[in-house]
Amino acid sequence: MNWIKTKNNSKLNLKDIPCLKIHELREEIIHENKRPVAFFGKDWGNGEVKLFIVLADDKNGELLVSSALFKKGETFYESITKDIPSFHIFEREFYEDFKIEPLHHPWLKPVRKNQKEYPFFEMEGEEVHQVAVGPIHAGVIEPGHFRFMCNGETVYHLEIMLGYQHKGVEELMVKNPSNQLAESIVGDSVIAYNTAYSQAMETLRGIKISDKAKLIRMLALEMERAAIHIGDMGAVAGDIAYAMGAAVFGVTRTLVINTMLEFCGSRFGRGLVNVGGVNFDIDEEKIQRAQQTFKKVEKDVDRMTKTMLKNASVMSRLEKTGTVSTEKALEIGLVGMAAKASGVDLDSRFDFPDELMNTLQIVRKPFKGVGDVNSRFKLRYKEIKESLSIIRKILEELKSLKDEPVLDNGYYLNQKDAFVISIVEGWRGEVVHIAMTDNTGALSRYKIKDPSFNNWYGLALAVRNNGISDFPLCNKSFNLSYSGNDL
Amino acid sequence: MLDTLKSRIFQGNQFIKDIQNAPMREQFRGYPIIKNSSCDNCQKCLSVCPTGALKLNPISIDLGRCTLCGACKNICQNHAIDFSNFYKLASTSREKLVITEAVQAEDYDKIAIKVRKEITNIFSKSLKLRQVSAAGCNGCEMELNACSNANFDMGRFGIDFVASPRHADGIVITGPISKNMAYALEDCYKSVPDPKIVILCGTCAISGGVYQNSEETNREFLEKYPIDLYIPSCPVHPLTFINALLGFTGRKK
Repeated sequence: MNWIKTKNNSKLNLKDIPCLKIHELREEIIHENKRPVAFFGKDWGNGEVKLFIVLADDKNGELLVSSALFKKGETFYESITKDIPSFHIFEREFYEDFKIEPLHHPWLKPVRKNQKEYPFFEMEGEEVHQVAVGPIHAGVIEPGHFRFMCNGETVYHLEIMLGYQHKGVEELMVKNPSNQLAESIVGDSVIAYNTAYSQAMETLRGIKISDKAKLIRMLALEMERAAIHIGDMGAVAGDIAYAMGAAVFGVTRTLVINTMLEFCGSRFGRGLVNVGGVNFDIDEEKIQRAQQTFKKVEKDVDRMTKTMLKNASVMSRLEKTGTVSTEKALEIGLVGMAAKASGVDLDSRFDFPDELMNTLQIVRKPFKGVGDVNSRFKLRYKEIKESLSIIRKILEELKSLKDEPVLDNGYYLNQKDAFVISIVEGWRGEVVHIAMTDNTGALSRYKIKDPSFNNWYGLALAVRNNGISDFPLCNKSFNLSYSGNDL
Repeated sequence: MLDTLKSRIFQGNQFIKDIQNAPMREQFRGYPIIKNSSCDNCQKCLSVCPTGALKLNPISIDLGRCTLCGACKNICQNHAIDFSNFYKLASTSREKLVITEAVQAEDYDKIAIKVRKEITNIFSKSLKLRQVSAAGCNGCEMELNACSNANFDMGRFGIDFVASPRHADGIVITGPISKNMAYALEDCYKSVPDPKIVILCGTCAISGGVYQNSEETNREFLEKYPIDLYIPSCPVHPLTFINALLGFTGRKK
């Protein structure tokens, strides 16, 4: 056996994970030709490094896990990226962390460290010029450096240099893991991150949470999705100077996040999810008020979106701007929202479904995207509508589950020598948390993969052959996370 | 055009008229309420506090470290700790952020922000700020953006975020300040013309918060330069932020 198959939120024994020679593993990966979900090393003691890899079999809802051991002194292997490009960022990260070089990797540039020494790609010619932006940007957003190679107004190439946000999250998650840390990793995906962490811990400890707690988590996750999408539609409107859209979407988002505040005391859902369930129950009165609010939200979003998309000057900015084709999306391995907008339907809510998805009869609805800003804008609208419909169902369901407990705060121990994968579909895409324990049951490695980690390169491709003035618009249509990438 | 007008009419006016007395939902976790007499010193709360903000005998909560997660409140069987919905949490002094039973919310409101004449003279009509996210998680950043939306409309007080540090009167720092951002942060600060102020926004910026034990942070900047205003909580609510600045610039009614 070269792979061990597992499901989302299930536990593996470390010793059951096959350990191959790296060249065998490489051939296996190319043979399987599946989507990488995780590809990371762990210090195995005595100068050895173990490389773990998780591939997703989205059609069958399975995850394939395998590993390879690098002995002391083994400092290179043949790169996988040259055969499967979507591995490029994973191999770069592995190289940066463990100094084991993927030979013939096409572009082994830093992920999080040593940005200063990196020589950017350069174009030469009389009319050619560079535009450097960041790390501090014009708006109130996270830091990152963008280097545009332009000929006149047209961008030929964009290089994105991140790492400014690196704050040692994975080490801290091993040293002192907590829900509060998990929800402070990516502040716009509080629920997704905290749920992924909590699920990983629950699987590790064998905790079964109540259906009601699960429903409340799902409710919060969809509220997060709706709120961010509404806010981002406003931001797209703002970037094309459609002030009306920016204002209306802005205040509509407030309605959603204030409902979250009512549920749990924080506008972004901090303090709601806990290992063992959720910290807050939602009573009938709050449910009713929320139902009223979401009715209004839906009306407002509908009205504003329709008004906006009827406007010719809006459409001329959105259509055919920042296109990532389906082929490119597949090749570079986009995930989540960005992939869906390019016609690659990846959604872990449906690919790795929870039983509750069936109980609530939530079905996947396809989206025809061509990968431009317009597609991403319309996809957000579609996802808001879907989320609101899921929210409606959950709120109804919650009424019938009045007396169920929402939190199991008993004391449980981590299983020893275990390997747990937890995937949650945040609004950007799959948030992957992997936890490993040692022979005492303490966490020994915590790996996080944000969807932005895959998708940043998509943004770089999107702006090629676009006017540089359309960059903010492209950027906002993706709205990728710097923190999630830099960790 | 007609649709746009319709949308506009349908939306009406949504700005909060009296921002200094704006009501807050009761669920909001803001200023702590401490009851020493209820505490039986079981120390359970200490074990769940993620940042070490909490001290016992007598109970004190350091708002500069507290993420207002409410874990201590949830675990305390004797209700010795609670959180009110009072949201004006900012202070001009780091020491005052340490809350004890003796300082009730009303008292805190009176003493927390020391109004300085040189500040009110220069900045009370117009205050332009350059925000620097130094490894902020995007929580505070989103809330700071929300300050300028149609609900909170911070611009009406002459307070705005600007793109260039050259146009700014001060900087607002969010995040625990990563090593990789330390240089850019200092560079930005130096680019702001004098006189200038420094505002720390959010628990991470004030103390490192949940990242205080990270080896990837570099907080030397905070020792080198004077800090004028501390705005705690995680993330900072727009009402907390705007009221902090109104108080700081001497416009508190």
